[in-house]
Amino acid sequence: MSIDFEPTSETDVADIVRHAAEAGTPLAIAGGGTRSGLGNQVQAEQRLSTRKLSGIVSYNPAEMTMSAKAGTPMAEIETALSENRQMLAFEPMDHRGVMGTRGEPSIGGVFAANVSGPRRIIAGAARDHLLGIRFVNGMGEAIKSGGRVMKNVTGLDLVKLLCGSHGTLGILTEVTFKVLPLPPAAATIVVFGLDDAQAAAAMAHALAMPVEVSGAAHLPDSVRYRFIGSSQPEGAATVLRLEGLEASVAVRAEKLKATFASVAPVTILDHKATETLWRDIRDVKPYADGTQKPLWRVSVAPSAGQQLVAALRLETGVDAFYDWQGGLIWLRMEADAEADLLRRYIKGLGGGHATLVRAADAVRAVTPAFEPEAPAVAALSARLKEKFDPKGIFNPGKMGW
Amino acid sequence: MPETIAFLEPKQSVLTRRDAIIEDLADLLPEGCLISEKRGLVPFETDAFIAYRQVPLAVALPETTAQVAAVLKYCSRYGIPVVPRGAGTSLSGGAIPQSDAVVIGLSKMSRILDIDFANRTATVQAGVTNINISEAVSADGFFYAPDPSSQLACTIGGNIGMNSGGAHCLKYGVTTNNLLGVKMVLFDGTIVDLGGKALDAPGYDLLGLVCGSEGQLGIVTEATVRLIAKPEGTRPVLFGFMSSEEAGSCVAEVIGSGIIPVAIEFMDKPAIGICEAFAQAGYPMDVEALLIVEVEGSEAEMEAMLASIIEIARRHAVATIRESQSATEAALIWKGRKSAFGATGRIADYICMDGTVPLSQLSYVLKKTSEIIDGYGLRVANVFHAGDGNMHPLILYNINDPEDAARAEAAGNDILRLCVDAGGCLTGEHGVGIEKRDLMLHQFTQVDLNQQMAARAAFDPQWIMNPSKVFPLEGRPAA
Repeated sequence: MSIDFEPTSETDVADIVRHAAEAGTPLAIAGGGTRSGLGNQVQAEQRLSTRKLSGIVSYNPAEMTMSAKAGTPMAEIETALSENRQMLAFEPMDHRGVMGTRGEPSIGGVFAANVSGPRRIIAGAARDHLLGIRFVNGMGEAIKSGGRVMKNVTGLDLVKLLCGSHGTLGILTEVTFKVLPLPPAAATIVVFGLDDAQAAAAMAHALAMPVEVSGAAHLPDSVRYRFIGSSQPEGAATVLRLEGLEASVAVRAEKLKATFASVAPVTILDHKATETLWRDIRDVKPYADGTQKPLWRVSVAPSAGQQLVAALRLETGVDAFYDWQGGLIWLRMEADAEADLLRRYIKGLGGGHATLVRAADAVRAVTPAFEPEAPAVAALSARLKEKFDPKGIFNPGKMGW
Repeated sequence: MPETIAFLEPKQSVLTRRDAIIEDLADLLPEGCLISEKRGLVPFETDAFIAYRQVPLAVALPETTAQVAAVLKYCSRYGIPVVPRGAGTSLSGGAIPQSDAVVIGLSKMSRILDIDFANRTATVQAGVTNINISEAVSADGFFYAPDPSSQLACTIGGNIGMNSGGAHCLKYGVTTNNLLGVKMVLFDGTIVDLGGKALDAPGYDLLGLVCGSEGQLGIVTEATVRLIAKPEGTRPVLFGFMSSEEAGSCVAEVIGSGIIPVAIEFMDKPAIGICEAFAQAGYPMDVEALLIVEVEGSEAEMEAMLASIIEIARRHAVATIRESQSATEAALIWKGRKSAFGATGRIADYICMDGTVPLSQLSYVLKKTSEIIDGYGLRVANVFHAGDGNMHPLILYNINDPEDAARAEAAGNDILRLCVDAGGCLTGEHGVGIEKRDLMLHQFTQVDLNQQMAARAAFDPQWIMNPSKVFPLEGRPAA
């Protein structure tokens, strides 16, 4: 779909929305468009991109906050941060690999989709780092919520509501977020040869230790070599990341190594190898495979992850690896999306949700991309949608309405 | 103060049916779970924002979610206002009732339902106190991070209502960052579950909207929170400075250098004196400002971090440095800080401000705050979370002197406007309640507030949930 509107100011956005609301013309909303395929297919005649609402508005490293217009490319933000030895602690993934998209991911898109990476288990999700927003609602009104301070309970937290709303409640025009110092040192402890259940127990054990594990993933044998080369011991790799001061990381790495060395071969990856490994985990490297095989992102209680995969394996062709201590599962189906089967098992294992990240158009057309909500919750969400976008012109259909 | 805060006009239709309502509520609740006698209602007339009192129509103390739902269903049918209440420790008047309201107190729902170490979660009823969660998991090496000063009394339900913080949220975040799920009852008695043990949930982030909504979106009856592994060791260190400005700029440099301690607490001279007199924590009395900086980790890690912090402090002419040498000493240092509000209450009445400002503005705002206070001829003690810019000037006054009280309120409002103008906000962790309600338009436009109120109406179209709070009474949507 070509782009119909590329507003350069919030006022422009408001004008376009007002006209669209008057005419009842649905708009497909995107930033850089690299993750527009998340969610259900949008029924809209016209497309609006925020990519020309671009630029860092303010950045004070000592205050650990940055404000940027929604369309600012992630690359620009990451460059500014790394020049000041800072980072987005929630480690947002780049969807281009798995979704086969091109273009420049934008900061607005990251927050609109609440994209959070491996460090989620210790540092929180994108929504935990978003301090303030400006957005245009479905009536064409410019609204501010939150601010630029770390603690703020003034009024209802529309910031969190908009974060992860996939452009269905409002068009983000500016975002203010927390940034954190880059850890001076990092290392990864790799435990080899554990099966999924053993790995889940090992990760839970590591996270119960006072060592501040900042990433805990399990890479079964089928994907392990896409992450860690054959110069290392054989078998599945359970990886635990440590970050912090040089002295801390060294001491903690030894502690973890000693914990697991009696049960399995353990090696330690250095800072550079750690950075590469966790970027690959973040970006779901094994499934950035150029195919349209259905790819699910499943979020469950960490201890339930491996049980879910084990149950699915008995029924269908599936490949999987785990992040977030086992609670985030990347599942690639060999053939059918198997949405019903998957969602039935998730329910049976105590709940959670599955999001269809990628599939052929024909499959997407008949598969709800997001987990259907309980009726009372869905009713609440629908009422909220009506309060922000009464004409239903923002990304209609994307989240199920 | 009391006269100046308006509540919604009591509904005569409710007041005149008082006896019938009490009779009906008695049918919905077990024996001993309904208070309707004047003497029993008095303890519920205010909260820790003592400047206003109003006895409610009745107090329901349900024992189950189903009973909460039954009471809400009944109240919504008759348009009866409902004020949720945890332990009543709100500093912004969030739990203060109104004469036509039924208070729903969660104090009887105080069971810990599930502790799951493999997933590091605890599921508790809303009336469980904050400290109870940490105590229940401490022996196994875990804790629950948000630690408001009132943590011995305040409940997790109240913490969720106000999105409470505490001294240690610099590193671990506030309630919303540590909350995974809730069971809550909507205005009409509908029970919903939001979130769970997974680290995220599908659909809109309703949990994020509910946390900090000050009892206006529904009543939380159960919560699932994150547990964190306790650090190997923690060590608070006292740094004394000869000026508040030096202390403020030291904080900014520590944070700017990339070191994030677990906590950085600030006290000025009056606060030091008050807290020391109460707790005998060994605070230095000959300095103008004190920082409590806490680091954690193994011995080696704490040493390394402290060395860097001490180096920065020296550049800011630090006058005294005192490391705690034992767990007892560390506990005493925190006792002094955490009793600041209580200790202040022993020497004077006070109102506690809660504005948050960007770190670069700390020194400026401190200076302007003392100018404002001097201008009104009042006294102030400053004690606050410096690492995240969350200020708590305690304005001392005499509650029995109406003129003094009016001056204190005016000074407080000036200080909050100052915080907003410096790029900050009205409240960092105490909530808007009634206290800051009428200042909301200084931070937001009417259009901003209209959108918030619209979101509120999606949950409570009748506006019966804690209806006099948060949003200015003017400019509300027509009923």
